[in-house]
Amino acid sequence: MDIKDIIKEENLVYKKTDCMTDNVLSYCPGCGHGVIHRLCMEVVDEMDIVADTIGVASVGCSVLAYDFMNIDMTGVPHGRAPAVATGIKRTWPDKFVFTYQGDGDLAAIGTAETIHACNRGENITIIFVNNGIYGMTGGQMAPTTLPGMKSSTTPYGREIALMGNPIKMTELVAELPGTYYVTRQAVHTPALVRKAKKAIRTAFENQKLKKGLSLVEVVSNCNSGWKMTPVQSNQWLEENMLPFYPLGDIKVEGKKVK
Amino acid sequence: MGELRLMKGNEAIAEAAIRAGADAYFGYPITPQSEVMEYLAQEEPHKRTGMVLLQAESELAAINMVYGAASTGKKVMTSSSSPGISLMMEGISYLAGSELPCVIANIVRGGPGLGTIQPSQADYFQATKGGGHGDYRLIVLAPSSVQEMSDFVKLGFELAFKYRMPVMILSDGLIGQMMEKVELFDQMPRATEFDQSWATTGKTPDRERNIITSLDLDPNGMEKHNLDLQEKYKKVVASEVRYELIDCEDADYLYVAYGSSARICQKAIRMGREEGIKIGLIRPITLFPFPYDIIGEYAKKVKGILSVELSAGQMIEDVRLAVGTTIPALHFGRMGGVIHSPEEVLEGLKKAFLK
Repeated sequence: MDIKDIIKEENLVYKKTDCMTDNVLSYCPGCGHGVIHRLCMEVVDEMDIVADTIGVASVGCSVLAYDFMNIDMTGVPHGRAPAVATGIKRTWPDKFVFTYQGDGDLAAIGTAETIHACNRGENITIIFVNNGIYGMTGGQMAPTTLPGMKSSTTPYGREIALMGNPIKMTELVAELPGTYYVTRQAVHTPALVRKAKKAIRTAFENQKLKKGLSLVEVVSNCNSGWKMTPVQSNQWLEENMLPFYPLGDIKVEGKKVK
Repeated sequence: MGELRLMKGNEAIAEAAIRAGADAYFGYPITPQSEVMEYLAQEEPHKRTGMVLLQAESELAAINMVYGAASTGKKVMTSSSSPGISLMMEGISYLAGSELPCVIANIVRGGPGLGTIQPSQADYFQATKGGGHGDYRLIVLAPSSVQEMSDFVKLGFELAFKYRMPVMILSDGLIGQMMEKVELFDQMPRATEFDQSWATTGKTPDRERNIITSLDLDPNGMEKHNLDLQEKYKKVVASEVRYELIDCEDADYLYVAYGSSARICQKAIRMGREEGIKIGLIRPITLFPFPYDIIGEYAKKVKGILSVELSAGQMIEDVRLAVGTTIPALHFGRMGGVIHSPEEVLEGLKKAFLK
């Protein structure tokens, strides 16, 4: 029996969205990026907005997001995605514009662009993947690295007195009047994947309302950077990341709920 | 004849942006060019043509907003002055690498560092030799009048879209701040239909997805991209050299100068000719591509060439490349925001060649 005998219409329980290409993902096995990519593209597919969607890929592990997302996308300088998205959205106010950024991109080098796009209330969607580390460059400390957490530039653990505190960007931008929907999600269990997809859908739907910026943080793993197996990393995420970065909506319809 | 107005150079840029049918301007205030955005704000371009105007949180953000709009095929521009342009250099390298059209005006002030707010031409290297990282060029236009500040916005957009590359208008605080009569070109409509075959405007069923990026992790792919860029720059060099010759026919000595220095040289030429010294001026209008050939031709006819520039001597390197070693080619210029007088420029020529 070969694969063609198994994959028949009547046996199909799941079909990959056409909004994902057939390219092999460049992410490490076990990494959350693949799932988050798929959720974004399923939302675009289900809303039937491919012809009106422009994605902005950032710098980091997801720098090649446009290899996997089968939509029009622009690759931009490190941290500047919200400014690029602003330039697109201001000249195409009826298009759906989203950025896909990691924590180094969004919360360190791109802090100013993030804060000001949020504060201006640009009608865009920001997907913020937080894995507490710089994955692509080899596991250095990120702005979101937890206290005591080891990385290649904090080999003995992040010492707060020396290296400063991790930043909770999502709570921070929820304080700004320009954000309309701010939420924190995760994708390491099937139930959370479904919730995260709903949040991403809401964030895209919100663009139609023109009431401000929607930001979805997804707390994710980096099994390579954390030096763990995928299963261990998800467990570690649950036990360490989530207490510091608690899941749930922070701001809904322009009002803080947490 | 078009509408005549008395305007500052910076205002002429702003008015020309609206009239050229620009879709957007993104900027950040910096002296001596803040009038560009102030004029636009006053004019409310969203009411006149639907043009977007947005004050960004930094030059970094402004150039990346330009990148965003340009990646969708929109006609977009920004302006700044030296320290701000340095900040934009990252984005400019990406714009060049991603082959995106836009117009960037640099109203140069004295440097290095925070420098001064007075006029300078010390950003020549940065503008013409790259400025940001990687092998790339910008088309660099050097206006020497308020009229050209207006005209070169229109020309800049034409060239930017013809070659799909950023165009820099390299002016300075003198041309930006002074008022002159300017004949404005008529209002052009903003493009409602334009070539979107390469742009990221949303993947329609009739085409493959478009990707705008400057990244290629495969070195062979990246080299191919670099070769393509160089091929494009060769075409620019072959077709877009622009210059003006003033009093060159009977000249024994030549100034080579652009922008504000070219105007100062014209006065020095008149004064020199009154004393019987036959001086002419080659005024490069495009600094990239540089008018090497015409300077080389005149180098065979004259006794000496003085490159006059508000800098320690940057354009002189290109002038020397054009001249070779047959006649002396020297530099004259004040720095740090000090503007040379016509008397100084004439004296500079006498000292260089006649004493």
